[in-house]
Amino acid sequence: MPGLVYFSSASGNTARFIARSGLKATRLPISPKDPLPDLPRDYVLICPTYADGLGRGAVPKQVIRFLNVPAHREHLRGVIATGNRNFGETYALSGRIIAEKCAVPLLYSFELAGTDRDIARVRDGLAAFWGTQCLTA
Amino acid sequence: MKDAQVLRSVPRAINWNRLEDEKDLEVWNRLTVNFWLPEKVPLSNDVQSWGQLTPEEQTLTIRVFTGLTLLDTIQNGLGAPALMGDAITPHEEAVLSNIAFMEAVHARSYSSIFSTLCSTKEVDEAFRWSQENPHLQAKARAVLETYAPGADPLKRKIASVFLESFMFYSGFYLPMYWSSRAKLTNTADLIRLIIRDEAVHGYYIGYKFQRGMETLPQARRDELKDYAFSLLFELYEIESRYTEELYDPLGLTEEVKAFLHYNANKALQNLGFEALFPDEAAEVNPAILAALSPDSENHDFFSGSGSSYVIGRAVATEDDDWDF
Repeated sequence: MPGLVYFSSASGNTARFIARSGLKATRLPISPKDPLPDLPRDYVLICPTYADGLGRGAVPKQVIRFLNVPAHREHLRGVIATGNRNFGETYALSGRIIAEKCAVPLLYSFELAGTDRDIARVRDGLAAFWGTQCLTA
Repeated sequence: MKDAQVLRSVPRAINWNRLEDEKDLEVWNRLTVNFWLPEKVPLSNDVQSWGQLTPEEQTLTIRVFTGLTLLDTIQNGLGAPALMGDAITPHEEAVLSNIAFMEAVHARSYSSIFSTLCSTKEVDEAFRWSQENPHLQAKARAVLETYAPGADPLKRKIASVFLESFMFYSGFYLPMYWSSRAKLTNTADLIRLIIRDEAVHGYYIGYKFQRGMETLPQARRDELKDYAFSLLFELYEIESRYTEELYDPLGLTEEVKAFLHYNANKALQNLGFEALFPDEAAEVNPAILAALSPDSENHDFFSGSGSSYVIGRAVATEDDDWDF
């Protein structure tokens, strides 16, 4: 069963997006001491961006650690990035980096906790995306 | 309260290797790496472009920038220092001292723009205008009330997030608008540096507000949420009138208001609240969004429209590859 995995720091924007969307999703732990929850087999990752002015540090460390495990990367099918347009060129940069590193499509990007329209796009988009993935599998 | 604490306890040196809140170090690092000064931006390249604006457009631009200068002055001298007094951790206090200083850099930057592009007489006239304009003064006063000694620390944070993430934007709209028409592009580069800083400030102060809310009983949380929404309404009313006065002559008021709605929603999200304005009212002209984040296309693989989606070649993924 395809699924959704996300990271959200203590400021909680991505977590609020997930809660409002009603989508079932697995949260990656903030503290490295906490164990990783059971993962869905194939999944899309939602990842925030924390880049500085030069784009460094865009992908949260916790997400890097997670993706450094080949078994986790193997089942990653796509990425959705979040950010804030006020950060200019580095807006939602984490998604571009992960897409390139892991050779998966960057499916969508939205700001902060997302708008109602973002929620609808992600819900419909994921449903359609998993449909095509099953057909080609 | 703060003074009493200092008197009672042993003065303690700040230890950055013992953090109570990881976010303090994360934001400290982000702010210090992003440090900049206006001298870095070649503003004089805009002299010719400035000369191509009509006298009305020039006056509007100078006025908008004096309005922004006023908000930065308040945040530098009163806002951030007031928040420092409320800091829970010593590291938070240090981060706020950086925020206070950068607000001074922002206020300084507008004067650099003025000295590069405008005559002393025009600038003096605009500063006089900023002191006399009722809407600008009203918005300054509304925030200053919450910064007064003895005010509720969490209400201060609410007002501060609105200043950082909402009240600047009637002003920021104009340089983004010029930039989208290939005018004053170096000035826009400088403003984008300010916007980037304010985004971190609004995020951090909003985060500290959320932490402060966590331990409160529900009744008090409800009270603070009501306060936040009613303050936003009050500020929005003032902001609307300010916007009409400035932008009606150019016919841009409705577009600026959509930008205000969009930013009000983002300010509420920084505080952990839901949006107020519906998506249709917060639809910003795509040219302005592109001016805000140039070169970062909006990826929408789902709808199949817009930009080409990114899919890269597989690269061996190791810790060293990723920039920590």
